[in-house]
Amino acid sequence: MSVDVAQPVDGGSAGEPNFDPYAAAGGASDEGADAVYTLTGGDWDEIARELASAEQDEQAEERIVVNMGPQHPSTHGVLRLVVETEGETVTEVRCGIGFLHTGIEKNLEYRNWTQGCTFVTRMDYTTPLFQEVAYCLAVEKLLGVEDQVPERANVIRVLMMELNRIASHMVCIATGGMEMGALSAMIFGFRERELVLDIFEMITGLRMNHAYVRPGGVAQDLPPGAVDKIREFLALMPERMKDIEALCNENPIFKGRTENVGYLDLTGCMALGITGPPLRATGLPHDLRKSQPYCGYEDYDFDVVTWDTSDCYGRYRIRMDEVRQSLRIIEQCLEKLKPGPVMIEDRKIAWPAQLALGGDGMGNSLDHIRHIMGESMEALIHHFKLVTEGFHVPAGQVYVGIESPKGELGCHAVSDGGTRPYRVHFRDPSFNNLQAVSVMSEGGMIADLIVAVASLDPVMGGVDR
Amino acid sequence: MSESQSQGLPELPQPLAEQAAEVVAVRRGMFGGNGTSGDTSGYGRLVRTIEFPGQSPRPYGGYFDEVENELFGALDERDLAPELAIEKAVVHRDQLTFHVRREHLLAVAKTLRDDPALRFELCLGVSGVHFPDDKGRELQILVPLLSITHNRRVHLAVSCPDEDPHLPSLTGVYPAADWHERETFDMFGIVFDGHPALTRILMPDDWPGHPQRKDYPLGGIPVEFKGAQIPSPDQRRSYR
Repeated sequence: MSVDVAQPVDGGSAGEPNFDPYAAAGGASDEGADAVYTLTGGDWDEIARELASAEQDEQAEERIVVNMGPQHPSTHGVLRLVVETEGETVTEVRCGIGFLHTGIEKNLEYRNWTQGCTFVTRMDYTTPLFQEVAYCLAVEKLLGVEDQVPERANVIRVLMMELNRIASHMVCIATGGMEMGALSAMIFGFRERELVLDIFEMITGLRMNHAYVRPGGVAQDLPPGAVDKIREFLALMPERMKDIEALCNENPIFKGRTENVGYLDLTGCMALGITGPPLRATGLPHDLRKSQPYCGYEDYDFDVVTWDTSDCYGRYRIRMDEVRQSLRIIEQCLEKLKPGPVMIEDRKIAWPAQLALGGDGMGNSLDHIRHIMGESMEALIHHFKLVTEGFHVPAGQVYVGIESPKGELGCHAVSDGGTRPYRVHFRDPSFNNLQAVSVMSEGGMIADLIVAVASLDPVMGGVDR
Repeated sequence: MSESQSQGLPELPQPLAEQAAEVVAVRRGMFGGNGTSGDTSGYGRLVRTIEFPGQSPRPYGGYFDEVENELFGALDERDLAPELAIEKAVVHRDQLTFHVRREHLLAVAKTLRDDPALRFELCLGVSGVHFPDDKGRELQILVPLLSITHNRRVHLAVSCPDEDPHLPSLTGVYPAADWHERETFDMFGIVFDGHPALTRILMPDDWPGHPQRKDYPLGGIPVEFKGAQIPSPDQRRSYR
């Protein structure tokens, strides 16, 4: 553990025109502070004694700034929390992010539009299919082909998204429980998530980072047996959820840790742009699936879950109930699945190769290889052009927002008419929602800070991109 | 606002007349070589103009006309001429974007947020774009707004020149813009005047340059594979 005393976190007045952001990083910010003690490791009694004696010298204030993270198991990956404490009470907290910045948005600009799916799926790694869908909806909107996406592809997208929503909520409850010491919740949550990941593996070939949704449809149709496997899951999951609910819903310790903790009311949510379960926990039934349907969500029967406590307990209950709603939607998806194409008709856009399982693993479908190599010169040309060059997207910019498990996931895509994205920006809900950490936890206990962060369900892969 | 900002004003604002599409760049050739790369394909003489949609003809359809009328009325009430504040309104792909002059951004955002007929409560972020060839408006941002009350979306687009990369900060109107503006500063070097703590957010504090700008290289090293050199992604031939 390291302890810094009285270090301004956000130093420098960057508003000045000639502000040099690099200059401030040096010693300038230390000038104002009286004395800075940087202690690394050591015995806590000694640290306290040293601070106490310094206090007697009237040199130091009673501010203790503790760095929590970025390598701290309870901060959800590499989130750094700079916490100013007074005893066990948090008086000020600021987030430091960027430790998982991988430049995905920059990399996107050097690959063609279809290859973008492979990148965006890696942003928030617990909700890969949502990024793919948001990205593909944006590309399709730029192309003006939203209406040409086949019905079956839309149903599969909804199906996959709702499965993913269950997996993401399970991770949230699992890690959130673990951070509170409720290890059984962690075991249940990850066990249930595994069921979803098995389905994903069967359908997309991968447990995460699928790149399954592509501009114009999805990469391949559901394999034989997938529907049966999903039906098994639908039968099993309500039973499994009872385990978690029996463990947590009325558990006095769980309720004691979460009730009235991390309070954020509607006004706060609106000001800070908070969406998703934290917003619905204030009682506002805002869900983009209902208010601005995409992928045919208007045809599904489901409820928007709300709660009225604005606290961490409400957010937990909302997540559990949303899993039930997702199960309802998945059931309707299975009924809606009618045979048909899963990729757009337009051969100038549709990714040519379908995958198939061969003797040596997943690869290009042999039927397709036979078609382009032996039967049709035009098919070969199209295949070659699409795979090497990609398709052109007319110039313009669009913003598409969808309801991810964490809130509004937005994709701002700009095209200059070329075969590569000119600029793609993701409005990640976790990135935005993390702004609320200070408001939610200042004045509370350090232990509540952990619960508050967990209730926002931030995933740093998405926050830092 | 500082003096430097008023210099960025275009001399002759065209008051929302139907404008031709905005040309942001002109590209030559097919594969990105500048005539010296030995491009023998014959595509070297291709000229392509990159145009973004200009002012859309009215009526726009849907709720867009109502939003525009309400916004213009509300701006009039605030003694701000709409054609001064708003360069153009573009309806493209079923989305309404107001291109706002930067010195009036705050007034427009405040109106959009507060007017009962508009009520755009949620600011969904700030996303920068760099157009190095669009002289005088190299750096642009897009601010998507959402009204839960009326279930509507509208986007604000604001631009500033590279020599004077200043925009007013939206944090006073929408506190949610805080981190998004820090990210845009970090990635594009746009300085948001009035932001409470405009520091880098994703890159380290001492990082030189702004990575999402087009003049910032992607980096990478060539990889040798079975005796052949595969150049790094930003050095590969690209189709335009």
